[in-house]
Amino acid sequence: MVHDLYQEIILDHSKRPRNCHSMADATRQADGYNPLCGDKLKLYVKVENEIVVDVSFVGSGCAISTASASLMTESLKGKTREEALKLLDKFHELLTTDTAVSQDLGKLVVFCGVRDYPARVKCATLAWHTLKSALSAELKEPVSTE
Amino acid sequence: MSTLSNKVTPAFDVEKIREDFPVLKQNIHGKPLVYLDSAATAQKPSAVVDAIRRFHEVDCANIHRGVHELSQRSTAAYEETRSKAKRFLNARSKDELIFVRGTTEGINLVSSSWGRKNVKPGDEIVISAMEHHSNIVPWQMLCEEKGAKLRVIPMNQRGELLMEEYEKLLNPRTRMVAVTHVSNALGTINPVRQIIQMAHKAGALTLIDGAQATPHMKVDLQALDADFYTFSGHKVFGPTGIGILYGKTALLNAMPPYQGGGDMIRVVTFEKTTYADLPYKFEAGTPNIAGGIGFGAALDYANKLGIDRIAAYEHALLAYGTEALTSIPGLRLIGTAREKASVLSFVMEGIHPHDIGTLLDRQGIAVRTGHHCAQPVMDFFNVPATTRASLAFYNTFGEIDALVAGLHKVKEVFS
Ligand SMILES: Cc1ncc(COP(=O)(O)O)c(C=O)c1O
Repeated sequence: MVHDLYQEIILDHSKRPRNCHSMADATRQADGYNPLCGDKLKLYVKVENEIVVDVSFVGSGCAISTASASLMTESLKGKTREEALKLLDKFHELLTTDTAVSQDLGKLVVFCGVRDYPARVKCATLAWHTLKSALSAELKEPVSTE
Repeated sequence: MSTLSNKVTPAFDVEKIREDFPVLKQNIHGKPLVYLDSAATAQKPSAVVDAIRRFHEVDCANIHRGVHELSQRSTAAYEETRSKAKRFLNARSKDELIFVRGTTEGINLVSSSWGRKNVKPGDEIVISAMEHHSNIVPWQMLCEEKGAKLRVIPMNQRGELLMEEYEKLLNPRTRMVAVTHVSNALGTINPVRQIIQMAHKAGALTLIDGAQATPHMKVDLQALDADFYTFSGHKVFGPTGIGILYGKTALLNAMPPYQGGGDMIRVVTFEKTTYADLPYKFEAGTPNIAGGIGFGAALDYANKLGIDRIAAYEHALLAYGTEALTSIPGLRLIGTAREKASVLSFVMEGIHPHDIGTLLDRQGIAVRTGHHCAQPVMDFFNVPATTRASLAFYNTFGEIDALVAGLHKVKEVFS
């Protein structure tokens, strides 16, 4: 049943999310909130010389949004800021259009099934939207939004 | 299947009733639809759909002021709904019943019209911890505008209002007590008669949000003595975009109009306008005529079934559902008040409501997941969201079984 959406890898990352912790020396952070389902996420990014050297997150969410955040953090490390933002566009395309699946997405292709669940696209993109706001904020110092 | 169904309601033939709801006869993702989202909006019987079609095909005209035949027919049919609503709620006069878009507009009408005129800096408005956003935000806006204070009756872990705390909140500055009759997020039936009596003793007025009560139980406005009572047509098996606000005549007469326009006036000159009598003073512009007529058909339908029989059947269904759900390991009901109506709100350990909702949908089961427009309730129970199965008289014991089986499958996926 619905294995197209809840693939093994998604279930695995939702139950044991990777890089799920705060980061004291993050250079950027941003908060994401999906009022529809109450999903909350705080993203920490460490950018050095335009390279994403570390990413982590904390938050509570559904399986799709948690797995998406987890897999996102794995796929970003080592990418330049520009590459990261490009990946975001490709990921968004994967979820919202019928175009052929891009080769560059790697493991992220498991989210392909979300296409058929329009109500869940927001869950899968929450972490990525948060990433966008983290990467576009011109902040060089660790910030606290508290 | 349950023996409860046979024991409690021998005369309630749910299969026959389901014939009146064509929408229920369909497959979703290859499985028979199990509609457990009536608290969001109820399904409409054919009688309602037919009444709306007949209006458009045979009687369509604007109401009031028309001398021609069609206008007289549409006016009569629309106004007949007001009389039906009067009987449905046991109101004193049909002039106390104002057509609105729904509960939300009913509350906003009172907070705007009554509130702007009567609430002063330092005054207090009392609501409860389990209100729908529509019975929070309009009062918050009013308080902000007027420098008044919003106070909240707390509840316990079962989702029952703390009446001693309520008593303490009441004071000479309390102008309005606005509470829900039945909570949409928890199912709690509040002791509104007592709440109203206590408010009156303190010299305050009352507004009761009847959105979730009217589909499930007899409401007697004269016995309740509420000053305002409002509900939505679409939750009592009628169409969307139509509802009723009840207000006591003296209060309504003393209130300024809500909106200006056609239909709500007696005489208009550029110097001065005099307003129409009740209820028209509050009904500016062409209303939702077709909706009003469909709403009337819905009230007829509910009356024919008998609201007391509906309540008895649903009570048995809720008891069965409560027991069945609590037997699922890791499931926690949110809202376990002793007096409850037709709502089973719950969380499951380690599984987010959104995932439950999607996985149930794939089995044809429609539930609502999220905060149910009651974020403070979610905060109180410290959950981001719940899954809510809400019942109506067209639901069956078999559908509860399907829900339970569906939830077991959800658990399998996440095991
Ligand atoms: C308790 C309660 N109050 C108010 C409302 C708002 O009703 P409407 O959206 O029909 O105006 C609802 C609907 O969900 C409700 O359940």
